[in-house]
Amino acid sequence: MEQLSGAEMIIRCLQDEGVEYVFGYPGGAVLHIYDALFRQKQVKHVLVRHEQAATHMADGYARATGKPGVVLVTSGPGATNAVTGIATAYMDSIPMIVLSGQVRSDWIGDDAFQETDMIGVSRPIVKHSFSVRDARDIPEIIKKAFFIATTGRPGPVLIDIPKDKTAPSVKFPYEYPKKVKMRSYNPAVRGHSGQIRKAVDALLEARRPVIYTGGGVIQGEASAQLVELARMLGYPVTNTLMGLGGYPATDRQFIGMLGMHGTYEANMSMHHADVVFAVGARFDDRVTSNTKKFCPDARFIHIDVDPASISKNIRADVPIVGTAEQVLSDMIALLRQTGEKPDAKALEAWWKQIDDWRQVHGLRYERGSELLKPQQVIETLYSVTKGDAFVTSDVGQHQMFAAQYYKFDKPRRWINSGGLGTMGFGLPAAMGVAMAYPDATVACVTGEGSIQMNIQELSTCKQYELPVKVINLNNQSLGMVRQWQDMQYEGRHSHSYMESLPDFVKLVEAYGHVGMKVTKIADLEPAMKEAFKLKDRLVFMDIYVDPEEHVYPMHIGDGSMRDMWLSKTQRT
Amino acid sequence: MRRIISILMENEPGALSRVVGLFSQRGYNIDTLTVAPTEDATLSRLTLTTLGDDQKIEQITKQLNKLVEVVKVVDLTEGAHIERELMLIKMKATGAQRAEIKRTTDIFRGQIVDVTGTVYTVQLAGTTDKLDAFIHAIGEDQVLEVVRSGVSGIARGEKVLSL
Repeated sequence: MEQLSGAEMIIRCLQDEGVEYVFGYPGGAVLHIYDALFRQKQVKHVLVRHEQAATHMADGYARATGKPGVVLVTSGPGATNAVTGIATAYMDSIPMIVLSGQVRSDWIGDDAFQETDMIGVSRPIVKHSFSVRDARDIPEIIKKAFFIATTGRPGPVLIDIPKDKTAPSVKFPYEYPKKVKMRSYNPAVRGHSGQIRKAVDALLEARRPVIYTGGGVIQGEASAQLVELARMLGYPVTNTLMGLGGYPATDRQFIGMLGMHGTYEANMSMHHADVVFAVGARFDDRVTSNTKKFCPDARFIHIDVDPASISKNIRADVPIVGTAEQVLSDMIALLRQTGEKPDAKALEAWWKQIDDWRQVHGLRYERGSELLKPQQVIETLYSVTKGDAFVTSDVGQHQMFAAQYYKFDKPRRWINSGGLGTMGFGLPAAMGVAMAYPDATVACVTGEGSIQMNIQELSTCKQYELPVKVINLNNQSLGMVRQWQDMQYEGRHSHSYMESLPDFVKLVEAYGHVGMKVTKIADLEPAMKEAFKLKDRLVFMDIYVDPEEHVYPMHIGDGSMRDMWLSKTQRT
Repeated sequence: MRRIISILMENEPGALSRVVGLFSQRGYNIDTLTVAPTEDATLSRLTLTTLGDDQKIEQITKQLNKLVEVVKVVDLTEGAHIERELMLIKMKATGAQRAEIKRTTDIFRGQIVDVTGTVYTVQLAGTTDKLDAFIHAIGEDQVLEVVRSGVSGIARGEKVLSL
């Protein structure tokens, strides 16, 4: 049998797992691993400028491809810098493997140079973690890590590797395990057939149904099944922020995103629904508003691969534990087999009601002002990219505008930090997507606040020639904070301004990219067309937008789904 | 309501910290906690008591089950069960109190396991209520030190928590 060192085994395992890219940053504790990486060609390493960006790149790669993202960082600050990115992936159930270096095992606990208890630090934000105690265990640990990260409800898995376990002089026989078996980890796949029958019955009895789907449909590759089932039934579909693209946004049955900044029609439909069919969604507080007032007339059918997500915030009447793909397929088969149909008359009345809501208060914003409106920028982005770009975002108003106005027709095209709300996510995530799909159009919708949280990655973009298009909605303020201050703090803008902004055009030029500044409505579309024509260049569009603009609709705090602000002066 | 949750988990370093961390992370409380390896050395048995309504306990057991090292979880309070806690208690014992403490210890079926001229140390096993009652009977003024093991529990009858 082949003899390999611990470090060589790590790299070989990644090869055997089919890993294309490792996103990382070298340092003392991982030098043996970096040397093993250097002596092979198969696994490519991407050198970031800050470890947080490595995790977001791996995350963006994972969200776009469905394959786990792999991160390699050194001990101490290298590992702690990765924490925000690990937490981001954890909240959004993204498969990720984080290899963190550790000081040599006989120094652990001695406060050695660059020592941090990374197992302890990361414990609440990983699906699982391993510490390598014997180099012989490395293949099994890595196999298990990939298995855990990618099955059930996906999530990040951390492997902490003391430096002495990777020593080049100590070799062991290498064999990558073909299978893993863990007596304590058996995620469910198939839903209970009795429950599936009940769910189908409840759906068929519904008179005012809503299908409400989340990230589980995207991560669980269940989009095709969702579309098929929704079309068989003819029911309205709403997506969470994480679920956009799970159902085609240009389809007539799509009623938009729901929740805090959801559409009027989606939130009204939820409030008045008699059956809510939740698929891979977790009734997050940004969706439900006050849970006591949430959907007062509804029965809840809830499919989730994670039993703990069911009946956590909202009690499910028909809980089904299983993958969205499998359970939806079983439901489709059952409907086909029985040939049962929903009540067409009730459905017609329900759609009439929903269409009325759409008419009255569909997504809209004030046009015709002097200043560029952020919504307009997203609409232009949508038309210029023909709705076919991968769009990543940071966090804040621009994120909500992108979610509302870019119509995603395919899963994995909309990539944002929904659960943790991590500013600084957008650019590195876009880079991860561009790595995975070099020929795709990748846009990062961001703001002048968020972009500065990982702007150093413009350097990485240059090194790897990543032609991301950065759409910077520059309102010279932390827009979402400012909006809350306008609405709840009588307009006291406590530290939500952005004074002393850099000249972004000069800055990106200094990094070797193309910068464009847009301040006039008339310039927007031509400039954007020009930017997207530069297929092999990173273009940073610094677009000055109306700083007074708010995101609407917006849930009224502690209210029900139907309690919304529709503009600065109008509420339901 | 007070619950006794019994967990079978991999006897591996770090497993305990994941269980305990889960409770603090999600805002659940732990009243007592006891853990030791089982007859199968690869497994540990952890018993803890906590307070919560049905919904909270359901969440706790689901979240515990999600931990990769946790093999099985049961809420012992759901069925008939036996629970015991061990207490070692050191008391002032002088003059007439020496005989009084001896009598009370006998009544509670405890044993005096260490004696000095002024101090008795008593070992007592039973339910949490019984141990509380003993302290009350002796009088808190007499007590110098109390060490309690936390609750251990097992289901009655033929039900077994194993692989």
